[in-house]
Amino acid sequence: MRFHLTEEQSAIQDAVRGTLADVWPMERLHKFADSQIDDGTDCDPESWQALMALGIGALALPEADGGAGLGLLDAALVCEVVGEAAGPGPVIGQILAAIAVARSASAGARALLPAIASGEAVVALAMGSPLVACARGATLFLTDGPDGAIHLVEAAADVSIEPQTATDRSRPVSRVNFAAARAHVLFAGDDPMAQRLRDAALVLIAADSLGGAQKVTDMSVAYAKEREHFGQPIGRFQGLKHQLAHMALDVEPARALVWYAAYAWDAELPDATRAAAMAKAHLCDVYTSATRAAIAAHGGIGYTWEYGLNYWFRRSIANRAWLGSPSQHRARAAELAGW
Amino acid sequence: MDLSYGAEAEVFRKQVRAFLAETWQPGERRKAELKEFIRAFRAKAVERGYLYRSVPKRYGGSEQPVDVIKAQVIREEFARARAPMEMGGNGINMAVPTLVEVGTDEQRELFIRKTLEGDYIWGQGYSEPGSGSDLASVRTKAELSPDGTKWVINGQKIWTSQGGAATHMFMLVRTEPDAPKHDGITYLLLDLNQPGVTRRPIRQMTGMEGDDTFYEFFFDNAETPVSWQVGERGKGWYVSRTTLKHERASIGSADGLGRQFSKLVDLAKEMGRIGDPLVRERLTQIEGFVLSHRYTSFRLFSCQAAGEDAGPVQLMMKLLLTEIGHQIALLAQELIGDEGLIEPAQAGARGLITQQRGPNKWLDQIMGSLGNSIAGGASNIQRNIIGERGLGLPRDLAMGGEK
Ligand SMILES: Cc1cc2nc3c(=O)[nH]c(=O)nc-3n(C[C@H](O)[C@H](O)[C@H](O)COP(=O)(O)OP(=O)(O)OC[C@H]3O[C@@H](n4cnc5c(N)ncnc54)[C@H](O)[C@@H]3O)c2cc1C
Repeated sequence: MRFHLTEEQSAIQDAVRGTLADVWPMERLHKFADSQIDDGTDCDPESWQALMALGIGALALPEADGGAGLGLLDAALVCEVVGEAAGPGPVIGQILAAIAVARSASAGARALLPAIASGEAVVALAMGSPLVACARGATLFLTDGPDGAIHLVEAAADVSIEPQTATDRSRPVSRVNFAAARAHVLFAGDDPMAQRLRDAALVLIAADSLGGAQKVTDMSVAYAKEREHFGQPIGRFQGLKHQLAHMALDVEPARALVWYAAYAWDAELPDATRAAAMAKAHLCDVYTSATRAAIAAHGGIGYTWEYGLNYWFRRSIANRAWLGSPSQHRARAAELAGW
Repeated sequence: MDLSYGAEAEVFRKQVRAFLAETWQPGERRKAELKEFIRAFRAKAVERGYLYRSVPKRYGGSEQPVDVIKAQVIREEFARARAPMEMGGNGINMAVPTLVEVGTDEQRELFIRKTLEGDYIWGQGYSEPGSGSDLASVRTKAELSPDGTKWVINGQKIWTSQGGAATHMFMLVRTEPDAPKHDGITYLLLDLNQPGVTRRPIRQMTGMEGDDTFYEFFFDNAETPVSWQVGERGKGWYVSRTTLKHERASIGSADGLGRQFSKLVDLAKEMGRIGDPLVRERLTQIEGFVLSHRYTSFRLFSCQAAGEDAGPVQLMMKLLLTEIGHQIALLAQELIGDEGLIEPAQAGARGLITQQRGPNKWLDQIMGSLGNSIAGGASNIQRNIIGERGLGLPRDLAMGGEK
């Protein structure tokens, strides 16, 4: 029995956190957010390479494929830290593609595995919606056909990409049309792996949301200790203190929900699909309420662009809509419970 | 991560199961006969090391080394067999652990075994009409008798659960009126059956009366030997801190919450509402919190087994549980609809079988969830604790002296 993080797992998180603090501080995020439309970057190469240099692309790959052989849980822990930093690039797509391709029989796709693992090939997650984050920087797309099959598509002239003014400035979206682009079929729609990949995507989005919700809670608590009003730190006022306590009460216990969903996926437990749906629904709600509460807790400064809280708020909007809203996943969870 | 308990635990589980199959056969026994059977069963379970594991053998416990996994296996198997676990109540959850930790040998000798066996029932004498959240302001006072052998107690305690059945009370009294409020309190044990003690039931909002409700106690020169004082004179506040921790652990039960949630799902089915998308949404929304609580309990359990500190999340478990209780109450109220217009027969009332209680029995939970968020530290106090001890926010000025 073990249901808390190991030292190695905490060390992985610290390594990613440290790298992101160096390459993706608030100034970088600001610069990226303001420049992305003009200069055509939706995946900042420098920070992406720094993340990939940590081996994130190969994290969940089997050792036989040159990976670290870790599980979805470890991937989720990384995505949590990326969410904390409102980190750059299609990290979730990259990790999922590595998991998918390594388990697929498609020789064409498998030939791309080394480039996916190293991060040299950038993989955007293009499931469920034509709006795809980081599509311009991507060289590959992990996508799903109408029949639920999972495809890997190589960026080519016949893939049309129309950049949009994205709400989530950390991972800008484009409208993508694959038209008749040639796809490597990784899994047929009725292959259990197709569903497992969709589940894994939900778990990683939940993890990113957990990290973001924790980050804005931490920012709010730190601000409440330092900001003085009426001659004292505002964190002494009970109205605010209790709001902050409720933010923490929403976030901290939900952490174990993400852990469980990832563990259930790794152990292939019978409730893995349902656990993924529950985690996605719950954590996206938590993210929404935490970011709203954080802005309220900051007062005027929280409503500015400059302070930056809005990046997480915006990311919470994207995560919530991505691959289905909380209500949609709750409806699935009710169905899956046999109610 | 790994939620299996390991091979050793499964061997142990088999032993517990075999013990239960052999020993827990209540058959058709009822009333006094059943009570006697349960008493004998508990004695055998103690002998096997299954109950009262933290209590020394000489006082009636089974004195087992700390092993949270074994303890969990025991809970699971006893629950599965519907066999009685340890006696509940404030005596077992609060008085006994306190005596084990800081009592004198004489006190342990006098009280622990009788409490474990159900002969002594304890009231928690903390709250007073003027002291609840601000517990350190208690005013019930105790003075030494002229010969210095007895404490003489005057004042009032209130909201005492199990006050009707209680034979004894552990209480906080003021002994040093001039000391700062936390340093003038002494922790005493008291025999409630004496002329200086008057008790009166207070009818609860649920309508509960008699033995099922809480009581108030009046002390008019009530007496207790000085040797029944626990810990040092004037240090009672700090003695009481040990007990509150035990109470927190005993309230936060994930299995109980899980059972309550599945009953809520059953209620939705029974009322023909399970197909209603709004009901499905509310149920799964609540379930997100129920599962968060459950898996966080696993996390705390895992940390405890590994001897690691789980951090601030421990401070959140009571509030999390009682907030979920409110949400369950609101949905239950929606589901029972006009069934709720009729007061249910009281739970556990004599001669009543549970089948006679219809959907309106949820009124117990709808009202009881309110009591849970007041008793054992009201929700605002929990919020203060999370904010101040958990998040490190500056202390409330009014509570600056709280420890
Ligand atoms: C069912 C039940 C069983 C009980 N059993 C026992 C028992 O066996 N023994 C026993 O000793 N007591 C018992 N109690 C009493 C219980 O411990 C107290 O009711 C509780 O501590 C609250 O104290 P109070 O009633 O004086 O309310 P108050 O402390 O007056 O609180 C009233 C309101 O003010 C709020 N408040 C108080 N202080 C603050 C603050 N600093 N900041 C913000 N808000 C604040 C509270 O949150 C609450 O909302 C029981 C209570 C109930 C409901």
